[in-house]
Amino acid sequence: MRIFETVGRGTTRAIDEVGFAATLLGQSAFWLTFGARRRQPVRSGAIFAQMVQMGTGALPIATLLSATIGIMLAIQSIHTLRLFGAESFAYVGIGLSITREFSPLIMGILLAGRSGSAIAARLSTMTINQEVDALRVIGVSPVRFLVAPALVGLLFVLPALTMWANLVGLAAAGLFVSGSLDLSFAAFVSDTIRILTANDIIHGLGKSVLFALLIVLVGVVNGASVKGGAEGVGAATTSAVVQGIAAIIITDMLFAFMVTL
Amino acid sequence: MTATLAKRPATTATADAVIEVERLETHYGRRQVLFGVDLKVKRGEIMVIMGGSGSGKSTLLRHLVGLEQPTGGTIRLLGQDMNDLDPLAAMALRRQMGVAFQGGALFSSLSVAENIKLPLREHFRLDEKTMDIMVRLKLEVVNLAGFDALMPAELSGGMLKRAAVARAIVMDPKLVFFDEPSAGLDPVVSSALDDLILRLRDAMGITIVVVTHEVESAFKIADRIAILDQGRLLAVDSVKNIRNSKNQRIRNLLNRVAEEEQIDAAEYLSRLTGVAPAPSQSMPHDR
Repeated sequence: MRIFETVGRGTTRAIDEVGFAATLLGQSAFWLTFGARRRQPVRSGAIFAQMVQMGTGALPIATLLSATIGIMLAIQSIHTLRLFGAESFAYVGIGLSITREFSPLIMGILLAGRSGSAIAARLSTMTINQEVDALRVIGVSPVRFLVAPALVGLLFVLPALTMWANLVGLAAAGLFVSGSLDLSFAAFVSDTIRILTANDIIHGLGKSVLFALLIVLVGVVNGASVKGGAEGVGAATTSAVVQGIAAIIITDMLFAFMVTL
Repeated sequence: MTATLAKRPATTATADAVIEVERLETHYGRRQVLFGVDLKVKRGEIMVIMGGSGSGKSTLLRHLVGLEQPTGGTIRLLGQDMNDLDPLAAMALRRQMGVAFQGGALFSSLSVAENIKLPLREHFRLDEKTMDIMVRLKLEVVNLAGFDALMPAELSGGMLKRAAVARAIVMDPKLVFFDEPSAGLDPVVSSALDDLILRLRDAMGITIVVVTHEVESAFKIADRIAILDQGRLLAVDSVKNIRNSKNQRIRNLLNRVAEEEQIDAAEYLSRLTGVAPAPSQSMPHDR
């Protein structure tokens, strides 16, 4: 009997959280659209600050991970295709995998860990310290002030980082392939450009936009639902990262299924 | 700086009543926290709401400042029904009130000056120089001149509360709420904060509502005291009359005499076993 109760409570809480996330999204859209008209704009300075914090700070680790993934894919592609004597076609798998799958996925996971946790920690700390209450009594919508800038910021930052990851990953793979197969780097670049279509790039960027939405909403929902003190902040932050990464991987599969097949 | 209300619905407010609470009720889940509270706060007075832990005084404050919606009754602030405000009217109303939270609730990522400027930035179109002058003025009022560049983490408990007061009064509100202003402060700092509250009333004519459980502080600053006990308003009277009250529960509160918690046997059993009480068993508040 207790297992049904646990499952029931968990389901109710999940539905509640999805509803809350949808409300946050709707309210953010409202403030972004009508805020200026009501003299309550989502401030561009706050959006820019979020972009710098989430984007610039993540650039070194994003570069390192993208290069590593590019080289790893090159190693695996050459190894697999060598079985068929087709290693000179490694660029096909590398190009498509990086742009359609690995860049958005790795950048999404990176930012879920970095920015999703930061959003949850910030919001939960502010909730516990009554800073969110203070915003409300001042007459400032916490969604306009805290959520919308993070949402817009990440909607720019994640696709931008994904594009950067495409460039770095392909360049690193190209350098490895050219070194391993006695093929020039220029030839690798030329072959890759030939095989890639705009659709492949858009596919990856489309995913990154969805991932950005998920990271912010999961972070905010967990941060705003905090209970207790420092322990609650820790729990909210952990949940934001775990749920964010899980949501990204599941969405990635669904997106690939719906768009590719 | 003068904020005009976007909407002024017809009101039955008496001329000098700034806050009118009628039959206020609220529940947290199945538990009733406030039971038909009636309270009026007159213009320019300091009303202190007192009560022990769990008496409902903080809940009442959260309703008064609009952070929670009651399950019954009405609250009129400055003549406006809080349950019947459109967002623009609510915004205009908030410009006329300030709240100093228990822990200060300053935004930790902003300096003291930026914290105080925030309400101005969000509600008015003022240039930086004007806002700087206003910030310095308010910091002078709360004796924090020269501390504008510090971050909240660099302030002591008393300074934090005074900075929160500066933010609460920066829009020259008609009404300021204080949540436990003396909590966590030593007697000297606490007394200085009491003096500041009196100064705000006398110099700026602000109506002030203070929620506290500090008897000494309440007697020093209050024009009238409202005593809440287990969600019910026990008395609203002058300091003198409250001090001389014969009511045993009021005497216990003032003399810090602990009372035995009244525990309902069925509820206690339910708490221990985790099984909900049978429908025939009443919740404590129903009795």
